Amino acid sequence: MNMDTPSLLSIQDLEVRFRTEDGEVTPVRGVTLSVSPGETVALVGESGSGKSVTSLATMGLLPRPAGRVSGGKILFRQRSGQTVDLATLPLPDLRRLRGAEIAMVFQEPMTSLNPVLTVGEQIAESVRLHMGLGHASALKRAAEMLDLVEIPNARRRVHEYPHQMSGGMRQRVMIALAMSCNPSLLIADEPTTALDVTIQAQILVLIQRLQREIGMGVLFITHNLGVVAEIADRVTVMYAGQVVETGSVGELFRTPRHPYTSALLNCLPARARRGEDGRRVVQSIPGSIGKVGNGCAFAPRCGQATDSCQAGSVLLETEMDRSVRCLRWREILA
Amino acid sequence: MSASPLLVVEGLTKHFGRTPHLVRAVEDVGFHVAPGEVLGLVGESGSGKSTIGRLVLRLIDPTSGTIRFAGEDISKRPERQLKALRRNAQMVFQDPYASLNPRLRVRDIIGEALDAHRLAGGARRTERIGELLETVGLPATHMTRFPHEFSGGQRQRIGIARALAVEPKLIIADEPVSALDVSVQAQVLNLMQDLRQRFGLTMLFISHDLDVVELMCDRIAVLYLGRIMEIGSTDDVVSRPRHPYTRALLAASPKADPDAPKIRRMLTGDIPSPMAPPSGCVFRTRCPMATEECARSIPQLRSAGEDHQFACHYDMAHGERPAAA
Repeated sequence: MNMDTPSLLSIQDLEVRFRTEDGEVTPVRGVTLSVSPGETVALVGESGSGKSVTSLATMGLLPRPAGRVSGGKILFRQRSGQTVDLATLPLPDLRRLRGAEIAMVFQEPMTSLNPVLTVGEQIAESVRLHMGLGHASALKRAAEMLDLVEIPNARRRVHEYPHQMSGGMRQRVMIALAMSCNPSLLIADEPTTALDVTIQAQILVLIQRLQREIGMGVLFITHNLGVVAEIADRVTVMYAGQVVETGSVGELFRTPRHPYTSALLNCLPARARRGEDGRRVVQSIPGSIGKVGNGCAFAPRCGQATDSCQAGSVLLETEMDRSVRCLRWREILA
Repeated sequence: MSASPLLVVEGLTKHFGRTPHLVRAVEDVGFHVAPGEVLGLVGESGSGKSTIGRLVLRLIDPTSGTIRFAGEDISKRPERQLKALRRNAQMVFQDPYASLNPRLRVRDIIGEALDAHRLAGGARRTERIGELLETVGLPATHMTRFPHEFSGGQRQRIGIARALAVEPKLIIADEPVSALDVSVQAQVLNLMQDLRQRFGLTMLFISHDLDVVELMCDRIAVLYLGRIMEIGSTDDVVSRPRHPYTRALLAASPKADPDAPKIRRMLTGDIPSPMAPPSGCVFRTRCPMATEECARSIPQLRSAGEDHQFACHYDMAHGERPAAA
């Protein structure tokens, strides 16, 4: 990472700890990733990978006081050109930034919207705060925002409450709310996971359209590799709290370097192969994410692991715009 | 169709509630499943796919229509005469966390099924539970553990072992892998295929995921708002879809291949509420080629090949296009 031209968002060696009844845990143990303006970076992983904790830490939404950033930096370049570390920024400054330059969309729009305010009032509140508009013009702007996210009859629907809308419409409202401040960074955490596939397609196309129009960077957190292939420019794969691989979407899907990335892709039903008995079989990864030992966290499930993999920590090796955390990737690919 | 079908459903309809809040969950659905066959029911929210699964097991009563299981009409049979059905047809549920009693040991979760049908007692009971666990890839010694001691994938294996305990002929699997991570999903799908082969199981496989359905099923029924839009062999439905909804569903499913064409054209609007389904063809409000005729009359299933039917007034494959379109 060249520090002279920082990306929009640059997470460097992030570590997050949580206090639990059974002692301290470290769900994020070294995450490095960056998002440039106008770029969509997908952060992919299964349960327990730490992808959601990474996104919460970036947004400053770790549950307090149990969770805290215990190491690393989350550098964000503001519109003013100044770069701040979101991990250490005082809460009021972070809140101001979250409304004005960093926007968020979550999986379940119902829990993110206020059930007792109309969707118009919620968007109007946000634009009043950020654009200093009066009540009437803010409500008019809200209708325009609903129109922007392709909600039919926007001028009528500003007066509806969230519960009167379908899941897809609520997610559009969330996106309208997020867009109301013209963000330079959108953090979208599983925004289509709760939606039907034909509605998911609409939301993905919408996010891409808005990104082109506004030129914002998008950090898209998802477990769905199909969605990744659809929207991402670059992909960061996480396993057991660490980044195991980063690369352009084409390179990562075509020539994965980390055995986990490659195994994960082969688990997809669409990649099933016909076996000798004529049956289509998908590859699976034995076991599940377990306790993390000294060495490579994936080694216990990895078909390529040797004793050296478990011996000590494995560093993230970066070359051009690809990174991989595996001792043996060159051997394995050869 | 060589052997006579194990399951035949005709004109199956289920309405919940009453007007003006009547929910038309399933409307006039018909299909058959041959012994050893896996039929996929695929659709989005409100398609009725899960309701059909519960109707076939008689967990809920149909409003009308018939369900014939192994040649016998079970659609109106009273609960006390359903014991044979309960033994011969079993369900595997979506949520491996909610479907296992957290206070019971695995031994008793699986044992309950054996006890209910008096299949094994005493030492034989324990032995059988161990066998079942090993069948689904878990060590027999795990029978003394509680559900919370297992991962999601392992719990789904326990759910499958419980279903297999009564040696059913038919398994209804309702989104059995949609709560699982993709690496674990693959393990469970492979297990289900192994068991299918080993025990000659017949399955109704309910899922919203076309890739999973394509992998697991011999035939697929595509449902929308309680009705079958298209039904046929997996290859026909996936490779030669004839209904505009099937085509739209295939086009909307993101492919895990960055070189594949991106989603461009897609369905606009929302899935209508099953409380107020559109007149005529239920898909017409989102169909890119709908005409006035589509609002007037309900398209019946028509043949598109030996084992392939679709319910649309227009057959795109044969140049039948709406005049105005």
